[in-house]
Amino acid sequence: MGCGGHASWGNVAEVPSPQRRRHTPSRGTPSRQITKAPSGIAGFDQITGGGLPRGRATLVCGGAGCGKTLFAMEFLVNGAVRHGEAGVFLAFEETEHELISNVASLGFDVAALVANKLLAIDYIKVDRSEIEEAGDYDLEGLFVRLGHAIDSIGATRVVVDTLEALFSGFDNEALLRAELRRMFRWLKDKGVTAVITGEQGEGMLTRYGLEEYVSDCVISLDNRVADQVSTRRLRIVKYRGTAHGSNEYPFLIDERGFSVLPVTSLGLDYPVSTERVSAGLPALDAMLEGGGYYRGSSVMVSGAAGTGKTSLAALFADASCRRRERTLYFALEESNAQIVRNMRSIGIDLDAWQRKKLLHVHAARPTVFGLEMHLATMHKAVEDFHPRTVVVDPISSLVTAGSRHEVKSMLVRLFDYLKLKQITEEMTDREQRATEAHAALSRTRSRSRNTNGRRS
Amino acid sequence: MTLTPRSRTAGGAARRPRARPKPADTEYPLRLYVAGKTPKSLQAFANLRTICEQHLAGQYRLEVVDLLENPALARGDQILALPALVRQLPPPVKKIIGDFSSAERVLVGLDLRPVKKGRER
Repeated sequence: MGCGGHASWGNVAEVPSPQRRRHTPSRGTPSRQITKAPSGIAGFDQITGGGLPRGRATLVCGGAGCGKTLFAMEFLVNGAVRHGEAGVFLAFEETEHELISNVASLGFDVAALVANKLLAIDYIKVDRSEIEEAGDYDLEGLFVRLGHAIDSIGATRVVVDTLEALFSGFDNEALLRAELRRMFRWLKDKGVTAVITGEQGEGMLTRYGLEEYVSDCVISLDNRVADQVSTRRLRIVKYRGTAHGSNEYPFLIDERGFSVLPVTSLGLDYPVSTERVSAGLPALDAMLEGGGYYRGSSVMVSGAAGTGKTSLAALFADASCRRRERTLYFALEESNAQIVRNMRSIGIDLDAWQRKKLLHVHAARPTVFGLEMHLATMHKAVEDFHPRTVVVDPISSLVTAGSRHEVKSMLVRLFDYLKLKQITEEMTDREQRATEAHAALSRTRSRSRNTNGRRS
Repeated sequence: MTLTPRSRTAGGAARRPRARPKPADTEYPLRLYVAGKTPKSLQAFANLRTICEQHLAGQYRLEVVDLLENPALARGDQILALPALVRQLPPPVKKIIGDFSSAERVLVGLDLRPVKKGRER
């Protein structure tokens, strides 16, 4: 008879294996207060008051290419690198190798984390064609695999990307749903902080209604195109037990990964300085009570084309660099080289300051991305360069990237942010003749109407 | 081997003797994955043995893998659903999940009987 290799099989008693016993939750009883597991994603922890709900599952949903997998991976990588919390990535869509190489371009050395047992990636292939169903079954195998991965590295964070792949692999949807329910309960019992991703569905958050199983926290990601400009947005749909912003927050995916911009309601409680900084022009300083601008203030230079706004801004930047204060120059109409050349003609060597790393010129056409993206990139540039002085030249060209209202709200947020950081800012604004201004305004109006029509 | 197969669960139709579709020198290495000795896995094992003894007597080798004892083994054969029977050889790999209460489906899954020729029902 052909049965071999299962000597222990003869013992029929129901003995829980040692592995199984270790599965029981070891992270204490759930307290009344929800504790948070920081995601380490810039801005996200700020809008959620600390991160994802610890010991619970969070659903991250959105359409294809909106950044779900990246969000999930960053949650694990940051947990491992910054907090020493090991994580398991259960991948249904991409193999371990693909995942590692996809995020390598963002500077995440996932392979090293795997080698150091801070991260475990388990790729699960669901192939309907090679599975025959013959009677009752359950998904205990999935539980065993996940449990083993969690126990092997002592993981406290788990990502499942994306659970809905299971629906294509099995015929019995009722059974699958029962098993999913069991799985979410099981994850909670194990006390791990989980991120489950789900593909956006028609009229539903996810294609198979996963939101039905995840009751604690639901995050929706979105990549919207308006006027040919795409903006990524994040919204917290639900976060049980936590006050959270209900707005849509723009987020960025760039060479360093995911960052969310908490851009509203910074409040009006920024510090105020009485210190003066030179405007770069002695005569102007003299007019300003002999000292120049207040540090941390926002200054607007307004004038028609050709009246010397950029020159004044460059003088201000030059003065700042002379004080050995880092200066960030957002050029929205001219390239770096063009500004350097033009300013050299009036005796300002911006190039020298750039070589000394005191000045950084960030040049980008307003139409390259949407306003939110501009604000986001500006925030990021400020975070990276740590300037004490910022120049925006000119803000009027931002109107081409959004409606007047949007521009205003964006600028208010930018000023608030810079004030909070005690950064002195000078911006230029091209004054238009009444007719031009009127034309621009009506153009803007019709555009925003179009946009609204398309969105509804 | 202290388990006794309960033949009544194997399905009456499958018990009828029939022509062996494969030559006698072929051996099927079969691997049964279960998680613990639950009633369901014991049932699956019993059903499977009945089917094998009736249709593959002397032509199979059955190995039982308890994933609670060896959880790492689930990865190799991409096991998700349990109980699962895996036939690695001859290729292609065949996977059958369930308690094997339907002998017909097990035989189809093992590629021992073409789907269309099923005269059973």
